[in-house]
Amino acid sequence: MKDCYLGIDIGSISTKGVILDTENNIVCSSYLWTEGNPIGAVKNLLDVLKKDLPESYCIKGIGTTGSARKLIGLMVDANIVKNEITAHAIGTLSRYPDTHTILEIGGQDSKIILLENGIITDYSMNTLCAAGTGSFLSSQAKRLGIPIEEFGTLALKSKTPVKIAARCTVFAESDLIHKAQLGYEKKDIVAGLCKSIVLNYLNNVGKGKNIKGPIVFQGGVSKNRGVVKYFEEILNEKIIVDENSHLMGAIGIAILAHNHKKDKSYTLNIKDISFETKGIECNHCSNHCELLKIYKDEKLIDSWGSKCGKY
Amino acid sequence: MNKKTISFPHMGNYSIPVEYLLKHIVDANIMVAPKISNRTIELGTKYSPEFVCTPFKYTLGTFIEALDLKANILIQAGGGCRYGYYSELQNQILEDLGYEFTYINLVSKGHTDLRKLYHEFKKIDPKFSILKALYYLLITSKMIKYMDNVDDYIRQNIGFEREKGALQKENKKMLKTFQNTKGLFSLYRNYKKYFKKIKKIPIDKPLNPLKIGIIGELYTLMEPFANYDLELTLARYGIEVKRYTNAHYLLFEKKREVKKYLKYAKEYVKYRMGADAVDNIGRTKYLCTHEYDGIIHIKSSFCTPEIGAMPIINKICNKYDVPVLFFSFDANTSKVGIETRLEAFYDMIEMRRKK
Repeated sequence: MKDCYLGIDIGSISTKGVILDTENNIVCSSYLWTEGNPIGAVKNLLDVLKKDLPESYCIKGIGTTGSARKLIGLMVDANIVKNEITAHAIGTLSRYPDTHTILEIGGQDSKIILLENGIITDYSMNTLCAAGTGSFLSSQAKRLGIPIEEFGTLALKSKTPVKIAARCTVFAESDLIHKAQLGYEKKDIVAGLCKSIVLNYLNNVGKGKNIKGPIVFQGGVSKNRGVVKYFEEILNEKIIVDENSHLMGAIGIAILAHNHKKDKSYTLNIKDISFETKGIECNHCSNHCELLKIYKDEKLIDSWGSKCGKY
Repeated sequence: MNKKTISFPHMGNYSIPVEYLLKHIVDANIMVAPKISNRTIELGTKYSPEFVCTPFKYTLGTFIEALDLKANILIQAGGGCRYGYYSELQNQILEDLGYEFTYINLVSKGHTDLRKLYHEFKKIDPKFSILKALYYLLITSKMIKYMDNVDDYIRQNIGFEREKGALQKENKKMLKTFQNTKGLFSLYRNYKKYFKKIKKIPIDKPLNPLKIGIIGELYTLMEPFANYDLELTLARYGIEVKRYTNAHYLLFEKKREVKKYLKYAKEYVKYRMGADAVDNIGRTKYLCTHEYDGIIHIKSSFCTPEIGAMPIINKICNKYDVPVLFFSFDANTSKVGIETRLEAFYDMIEMRRKK
């Protein structure tokens, strides 16, 4: 039996799972849409992974990261639950040990991580605004009637990208409609959008950061070749995009699960376990905490959100 | 007419000394408004201008809750930033909402007009006496000093207490005795007694723990509800926390200290920039040169003096290569986002330490 480690990265838009062997090589991986249902998505994910995993492997550790890390960590009984910043840095360092800058654009958030000699020295993450993230791109792709997979290729065809006011998604969208109605070509609008994502990212999370090569670009948006092209153009540096760039967070958390392993084996049979959450508002005091109660097999295993510690 | 009932905004535990002072110098009901809750901030946000700084929203919410419980005299202070205009605006908003009350503004146009205040208190209580007020002001200032001393000790050690919550439990007992202080001596005795007890609580502190300095805008620093219990969260990671701003500093030390800070950080800042901006720049330099592992700067959204200080703080931290994390808190910040960033910050400083 060979040991292996599972990393799950549950983002707002997509859920990623990866199984690594002890040498940090990928044994199998999967990528599917979260669709607002992290529990269901992870169940499907584990189903896929189970089919792909050779019988000679035995899972010795599970790590979760991403915005639903806490919930899924509880569900799969993970031995480590970590934030996505650390996970991305660890994952990238395992592939590119001398990385200096990590650009990451996901569905809902975007971040920049600066590294020096293999340790994080600075990072920043977007705050309130969705401008410059994948969800903005995908909603605009829908509006323009272009499948998101072809978005980047189409952008590459353009020689004269349209200028789009990128400060804010709402303004960008009305500007985009305006430009379309004026009669600009679709490919130029698409290229303009890709460029606006880059400018927005650099003006927002990248502000004041010392961006030096080697630069690694990852997260779902890194699959968009148009965005990569404009990053290279504006930063005037080569941008490395790994073939597994969308899985970096999952790889990182699998490595962390390996480093924090306990003597325990896991199976991927959680499809039949019922796992439910119930949200209630507690009215016992003026705090009105929003409580989330978590039931595994109809048994209450945890509740979150209580300020006073009553639950 | 109803009996006179005085109320005032909340900030941390400081309602205890304020209540104590008012109780002894004016003959009126003193109402400690309900503790800040989600309802407070909802009310405050509803009736505030959208882009005002968050302390305005918290204090307005508290005033509305107090007025609904039949308070009819409100007290507000002011400071060297937008805080200096809170009173006028809050007074107007509350009047427009149809409440009837007297609004006492301790600091108007940047000064405290003692004569005007004397007349205002005389109106509330014809027997108001300056001598008595001075005596109780003295006790109150000592009380604040003692509270801040104990708080400092707790902040440094709460991450390492063997029995979780033990420090806070003793602290609460001490504050309870402070509420019924008879005079200077009894205050001092209780302080000594409980501080001794607090120091005896077992602490498992490593020789050289991770240390973080917290700086920023005063209200967000001092009201745990407004900073989403930042200090407690850090403590849970086993970090020693240093914070300079407390009520005693603001009331009695600031005037002197600002001059020192201006001199100390003269290569970065020449003039006062309002509120605590200069103080925070000076503290940044100090923290960077005294082996702190990181700095966290917090403010409420739209806090102008701190926005001015942030690029300078960033510059100093870059120069000394000390990580800094900036937070802006508003009425509806998500706690999850804060936790993600804090956890990453902790991972980062821990990794740096190991190298």
